[in-house]
Amino acid sequence: MNKDITYERYQRQIILKEFGTAGQQKLLQAKVLVIGAGGLGCSALQYLTAAGIGAIGIVDDDVVSLSNLHRQVLYSVADIGESKALKAAEKLQQLNPEIIIIAYNERLTTKNALTIIDRYDIIIDCTDNFTSRYLINDACILMDKPFVFAAVSQFEGQVAVFNYKNNDGTAAVNYRDLFPQPPKEGEVLNCAAAGVLGVLPGIIGTMQANETIKLLTGIGKPLINVLLSFNALNNQLYELLLVANPATALLIPKSAAEFELMNYDLQCSTLNRTFEIEVAVFNDLLATSKIDIIDVRESDELPFIQEFKYTQIPLSQFEETILIIENETVVLFCKSGSRSLQAAQLLFDKMGESKKIYSLKGGIISWLNNYQNNQK
Amino acid sequence: MQLTILFFGQLTDITGTDTILLDAVADTAGVKEVLHAKYPALANSTYAIAVNKKIVSVNTLLTPNCMVALMPPFSGG
Repeated sequence: MNKDITYERYQRQIILKEFGTAGQQKLLQAKVLVIGAGGLGCSALQYLTAAGIGAIGIVDDDVVSLSNLHRQVLYSVADIGESKALKAAEKLQQLNPEIIIIAYNERLTTKNALTIIDRYDIIIDCTDNFTSRYLINDACILMDKPFVFAAVSQFEGQVAVFNYKNNDGTAAVNYRDLFPQPPKEGEVLNCAAAGVLGVLPGIIGTMQANETIKLLTGIGKPLINVLLSFNALNNQLYELLLVANPATALLIPKSAAEFELMNYDLQCSTLNRTFEIEVAVFNDLLATSKIDIIDVRESDELPFIQEFKYTQIPLSQFEETILIIENETVVLFCKSGSRSLQAAQLLFDKMGESKKIYSLKGGIISWLNNYQNNQK
Repeated sequence: MQLTILFFGQLTDITGTDTILLDAVADTAGVKEVLHAKYPALANSTYAIAVNKKIVSVNTLLTPNCMVALMPPFSGG
């Protein structure tokens, strides 16, 4: 590498006395992994590349679509349908041919995460879903890597530095200290459902690049153990101090083997979370008379229920049956509550949020027990 | 003596505002109870609570005029 050219490229930041040639040297020796090449990733990647991070990895298995372009500014119309990781790598390499850029055109999973993360010094979470966020959190803790987190919603963004071991002895915090478990699916809307102002991930992703550069060069005060929230509408910044919560440590896998067995998709899925209702809740709904009730047991199954009206659609015929649901709310039941939960998922896949779908927990057995006890 | 309650992200879709004042209650559990009664949809939402800009993970006593923030997780990227 021609040293004079390198100096000229970074001259404007090298002349900062806090930064200097020593700071530039640290960046050139650093390896940074950016997971997600969407709105946050596009802006973080451009500044990290421009600043001269020695090696940058880009993980994304998605392809460019037209609705990405209002915020994912690395891509153009000609890139629609192309791999984000590969296209981003190509454009960034043109911006700075002196650094190494590696594209991982794949989804981060429990199988590949530890191997990929192991190759880098700092990880940047630019993903757009909770499955990936919790996976990255746990993988970084397991691999002892600091990571720069960010997320956006409509007009607001969050940034934090997690799992960074401070010299002052305070325990490093992670995302689970803030939100121990993922929210229920559908509860927190993503950009596709809730919308996002295009410039917002640009600002927040740039903040991630800034935090990364501060961590690597040791200048300034990075957001270690602090969650910064930014509101693009009123320009308000709000900092929340985070504290390690000993209870959350129990939620994080202790070994690579344990990590590989984690099901992050399931943790974030609706099963057992939103569909199931207790007998008492079912009785309240029953009292309103404004619900559809479906028995998903096979037609010859006992006990036969006379206490309330319902339609019978066995689970085996559930998919091909055309359902007519009159009320806003539908409750599914079976003998013990497991088939009705499957049916609830099938129904949800068909109808989405258009109806409130519930599965009676413990099934009709639980309900009958409760009913008979109340009759005594 | 009043508490200032701040709402972030999509919680403001539930509350319709990002700030309210609340008559003083003893602790964060009391705040949750009052807010869940006032905005029932909040009870089904995930959020972290901060008291005077510090995240708390257990029920925490409140001092007069303190600021309580409700911060939900964001997923977008």
